[in-house]
Amino acid sequence: MAEATMQIFRGGPDGGKPVEYRVPIAPGMVVLDALHYIQGHLAPDLAVRWNCKAGKCGSCSAEVNGRPRLTCKTRIDSLPLDKPIVVNPMKSFPVIKDLVTDVSWNYQVNKKIPPFQPRAGATWKFYQEDVDRPQEFRKCIECFLCQNVCHVLRDHDKKEQFGGPRFFVRIAGLEMHPMDGVSRVKLLRDEMGLGLCNITKCCTEVCPEEIHITDNAIIPLKERVVDQFYDPLVWIARKITGTTGR
Amino acid sequence: MTDKFETHEHDVLVIGAGGAGLRAAIEALAQGVSVGVVCKSLLGKAHTVMAEGGIAAAMANVDPADDWRTHFRDTMRGGKLLNNWRMAQLHAQEAPDRVRELEQWGALFDRTADGQILQRAFGGHTFKRLCHVGDRTGLEMIRTLQDRGVQQGFDVYMECTVVALLKDGARCSGALAYWREQGRFVLFKAKSVVIATGGIGKAWRITSNSWEYTGDGMALAYKAGAELMDMEFVQFHPTGMVWPPGVQGLLVTEAVRGEGGILRNKTGERFMERYDPKRMELSTRDVVARSIYTEVREGRGTEHGGAFLDISHKPAEYVKRKLPSMYHQFKELADVDITKGPMEVGPTCHYMMGGIRVEAETAQTTVPGLFAAGEAAAGLHGSNRLGGNSLSDLLVFGRRAGLAAAKHAKEVSFAAPDPAQVERAEQEALAPFQRQTGESPYAIHRDLQEVMQNLVGIYRNREDVQRALGELEKFKQRLSLASVEGTRMFNPGWHLALEMKAMLTVAEAVAKSALVREESRGAHSRIDFPDLDAAWGTKNNIIWQDGDAMALRQNPTPELPPELKQILAEDK
Repeated sequence: MAEATMQIFRGGPDGGKPVEYRVPIAPGMVVLDALHYIQGHLAPDLAVRWNCKAGKCGSCSAEVNGRPRLTCKTRIDSLPLDKPIVVNPMKSFPVIKDLVTDVSWNYQVNKKIPPFQPRAGATWKFYQEDVDRPQEFRKCIECFLCQNVCHVLRDHDKKEQFGGPRFFVRIAGLEMHPMDGVSRVKLLRDEMGLGLCNITKCCTEVCPEEIHITDNAIIPLKERVVDQFYDPLVWIARKITGTTGR
Repeated sequence: MTDKFETHEHDVLVIGAGGAGLRAAIEALAQGVSVGVVCKSLLGKAHTVMAEGGIAAAMANVDPADDWRTHFRDTMRGGKLLNNWRMAQLHAQEAPDRVRELEQWGALFDRTADGQILQRAFGGHTFKRLCHVGDRTGLEMIRTLQDRGVQQGFDVYMECTVVALLKDGARCSGALAYWREQGRFVLFKAKSVVIATGGIGKAWRITSNSWEYTGDGMALAYKAGAELMDMEFVQFHPTGMVWPPGVQGLLVTEAVRGEGGILRNKTGERFMERYDPKRMELSTRDVVARSIYTEVREGRGTEHGGAFLDISHKPAEYVKRKLPSMYHQFKELADVDITKGPMEVGPTCHYMMGGIRVEAETAQTTVPGLFAAGEAAAGLHGSNRLGGNSLSDLLVFGRRAGLAAAKHAKEVSFAAPDPAQVERAEQEALAPFQRQTGESPYAIHRDLQEVMQNLVGIYRNREDVQRALGELEKFKQRLSLASVEGTRMFNPGWHLALEMKAMLTVAEAVAKSALVREESRGAHSRIDFPDLDAAWGTKNNIIWQDGDAMALRQNPTPELPPELKQILAEDK
């Protein structure tokens, strides 16, 4: 039977090293199957997060041969087998153990976002064309791969000032919800650091749900910020009336 | 001695953060009590996230003739009348409000042309009844509940696993758990505890269930003195993937058939004509699963031992819009384009109709202060669940459990944890570390899955089930000697060793109940007793812990009131 060599990061917050395991390959096998084989036969304490193994829960994110992926959707037969398949934890989050990272920061960011609140007089009668766009954003499975590849987080570690693509998608879903009555535009500018995004589309490229994060969520949100805070006509009107724009 | 532990106090402690647990927590919060939610995974990753087809609720948006009575009748008939009638009634009556509530909390369902929630057809439902979002309804539901709960202010303990319930005399007074990350124990004092831990599918080899589905909640409740019911009724979903091997068992949503998918055997025959000519592909799951199984066994299966499921006669754009995750799943994992050709499918272990015995109105177990809802609880679905009735179950009875748990919490006070109980639970949980040379729990798990798959599967007979019970005794022995490697930090081997105990408990309950029910009803099919037996039609199997032994008895099913009998008698 054919085999693959898996080179897995083993270690914790204080460092670690790659460890190689030989794993038999079956047709259609994915990287997560290989990790399960290792747990079941070679290293029962190998730490891996996973739940559904069907691309629906977004738990099993890791970097496979340097590419951020869901390991449950990465087929072994899509990778070269003449060298080891390298599996590392997501780089942008602190390692807890092996392939498991501390993603709790994401849950903290989420708490800052004002929840859905129906606008006054919401009738609950709305149409498919009203929901097509926000439904795209609600496909997000919170795998955090977009957070992992975003330069602002990965290279500059601006977690204090920046919400990251996942939460721009979430806010877009709320802002474009046909019945929502809250504005999160000021939050986007002041606390979510939307301006730090320079639209390199790395997030869109890794999204396993194929959400058009940059084009459909981030750019329209940037436009809303500009419209509200930098539109010269609005600026003049605000100066005259003394309103805050909220 | 219990002061050495990190300790938290909550009026209501909810174990499990899927649909039922989150809905219970939201309702308890609304009653003004403090709520903690403990879950094995990260928030938002619970099994509900995998639910695809929809939420069954008689909203009559698409078929105006639908009403709760028809939903009630469909549910009871689907469960071969073994259902708790009161649960089936409450469920059918309250589901539409629970769906509307989700919408008002921000859920975005697919829409009808006149701007209402769209509903689709599903097996066993007389009318188009399933409110849905493409084929990712569960994700929409869990995000909506999660956001609602977080904003309302419950405390969530993620990647935290309960190892024992604590008792104060007869009542449940808290739980001992451990943090997965560090392996440290944590003590929860609670006035009410709600179990919402889902099912047991990981005890079978071919399963659609995630790693979390190890029967923990049922085993915890059983050990705490609660009763289990209807444990012989394990649902095999007719359509799981069969090829390639790595994805075997992965769910193929019933929505494929709801949207018009057709089942054929290898000769091209639409075989459901022979098994249920009236309902065809939209027959109940027990019937469709057995039909596919029979086709394969009699030599009419596909190359990889399944049946063909074809939706490619529908326009490609329609398929991609209504079944996007199925399209991607087959394309990426099986190299099959479902808009162009058929899928290969076969039965996969999917859902537990049985579980913790509860009161219909309050979801209270036989232990005061202990409640259970969702898949972990028994009663609503009888011997077979209709598709779509699970998500509505989570909402209706999650809410009821939260309500009753909050009410109970207001009537009692916190109890000091009993050090002896805590110490015993801690010792038991750490025991695998004390042994150096035992085998890995993974090996025992593989063997358990093989035994349940082969001997307590879709079709059962006395000899097989008796053999399974013998094997389960051996597994218990092996587990008592198993050891784990490494430290307590995020150690899946250790985790599995603890879950194996729960799986062996529920597997024994399944086998024992399956052995005594000498008839075929719903999801329980006995080759040696192939017909319905009227005498068994009015009995529920009850399992409880009697000393160290697992005891079994039958309870008569509650008598239906005349007005509900009337509804069942009406033929539609």
